[in-house]
Amino acid sequence: MRRLEPAAITGVMSREVANFRSFWKSATFSSVLEPAIYLLAFGVGLGSTIVKKVDGLDYVEFVGTGMVATAVIFSSALPAMFGSFVKERFQRTYDAILAAPVDVEELVTAEMLWIGIRSGIYGCFPLLVSMLFGLDPAPGMLIVPLYAFITALGFAAFGIATAASVAKIDQFSYVTTLVITPLFLVAGTFFPIDQLPEGFQIAAQFNPLHQLVVLVRHACFGFEATDPLRLAGLMVFALVLWREAVRRMSKRLID
Amino acid sequence: MPAIELKGVVKRFGDITAVDGLDLDVPRGICLGLLGPNGAGKSTTMRLLTGQAIADEGSLRVLGHELPAEAKEARAEMGVVPQLDNLDVDVSVQDNLAVFARLYRVKDVRAAVDKGLALARLTDRRTDSVDQLSGGMRRRLLLARGLMHEPALMLLDEPTVGLDPQIRTQLWSLVDLLRSQGVTILMSTHYIEEAQRLADEVAVMTHGKIIARGKPGELIAKYAGRETAEVYGPPERLAEVRAGAEAQGLTVRPAGPAVAIVGAERASDGAIPPEAVRRAASLEDVFVLLTGEEAE
Repeated sequence: MRRLEPAAITGVMSREVANFRSFWKSATFSSVLEPAIYLLAFGVGLGSTIVKKVDGLDYVEFVGTGMVATAVIFSSALPAMFGSFVKERFQRTYDAILAAPVDVEELVTAEMLWIGIRSGIYGCFPLLVSMLFGLDPAPGMLIVPLYAFITALGFAAFGIATAASVAKIDQFSYVTTLVITPLFLVAGTFFPIDQLPEGFQIAAQFNPLHQLVVLVRHACFGFEATDPLRLAGLMVFALVLWREAVRRMSKRLID
Repeated sequence: MPAIELKGVVKRFGDITAVDGLDLDVPRGICLGLLGPNGAGKSTTMRLLTGQAIADEGSLRVLGHELPAEAKEARAEMGVVPQLDNLDVDVSVQDNLAVFARLYRVKDVRAAVDKGLALARLTDRRTDSVDQLSGGMRRRLLLARGLMHEPALMLLDEPTVGLDPQIRTQLWSLVDLLRSQGVTILMSTHYIEEAQRLADEVAVMTHGKIIARGKPGELIAKYAGRETAEVYGPPERLAEVRAGAEAQGLTVRPAGPAVAIVGAERASDGAIPPEAVRRAASLEDVFVLLTGEEAE
């Protein structure tokens, strides 16, 4: 049997779909409500009192477009970390799947694709909510699900690799505090990166979330020549972490 | 060609050797009971057969496929019932089966699900989520899930562990049905009755090796003779009985609150006390004699 068989990948994804049917309401509720709360607190709150314009955009537009990245990381890295760990350690789901003609590479790929698709959709919710607060629709926005999907693939792989590396579930708190929160804060969602010290500005260029924020803003307000390069960077990020997730999960699942 | 061929298989976990030079052939169409105490290496052997563990030494061939290189091909032709329940509890009974029908590349998923539901006798519970099922129903569903693709080989890893006797009997009926259909079965268990009831042949495993193998009747005749005498009483009395029997060269083993004198038919006058309860020798006698472990 060849590697990365579509039947194996769709089979694993069908399990995710079957499970998602049992919790889609709560997941969707929080995915819609969270950006709305952030927009009310930061966009409307700060935008009407302290900050009027940022980089030539209304603050609501600035935050609303930036929130796509927030939605993507929180709907990809965290479910991948906790979900993979629970399925591997507590539910023994991966043992069941690997007893069928599915290998670890297919399992990890399917998990990433499912999270990527879900996150690609959830990543658009902040834009939709922002439209209620005054963001004008633009044709370029149609590419945002693709940007969100590719970035989510990378963060899903990051989450799976992390789940395959920790011994206990509470060790995820180190990862969220030391990796996810800093990435989220220096992505350029709530304030422009160019106001940070130079070292942080350089570091931010290597932050996939920052690249996503920039790509989304360009998609909403005008594409730029650097966009293909930024997108390629996100693809490399996803590709490298995919291989790392497969390597680490193989080590964890195969004795 | 045997369904399973293991030669000199060794699997180590750090300093622990879980499987230690295991040789095992399972001919097609039989049910082989892998009987051993906890920690004997039975579950590791099962994981080696699915490619979920990689042997440090030796060769493994399953249904003609060399492992681990062709493990995926081998898994496509085998079904597995795990020791631990790993069903998706929030998902409906029929969706649990449908997912595995897809994973096993079954062409007509709906027909396979209907067949699985009928086998597990859960047709009327098809839309219920798994967490609404009883323990016995879940075990039947696990078995049906492993049969979605009509495999040539079934691996049953302690299929009835933790179940009450009534549910265990239900599972045995299902395994009997598979045997009658010619499916090759490798079943690990530490329940003597289960091995005696279901297996055409029994292999006794301890410390990662097979130490005896044969039909249950042959093993009993070879290792335990025809008759066992059990003596109950206070510890001092049991020690006295044991000393008397051993002085005559008889084998004595502990049997819970009693001692069991194995091969009682060979005892000369006086070796078996008059209060002893005589019974036919059993696989339990063989198991305890060979492994030194109390049977379940």
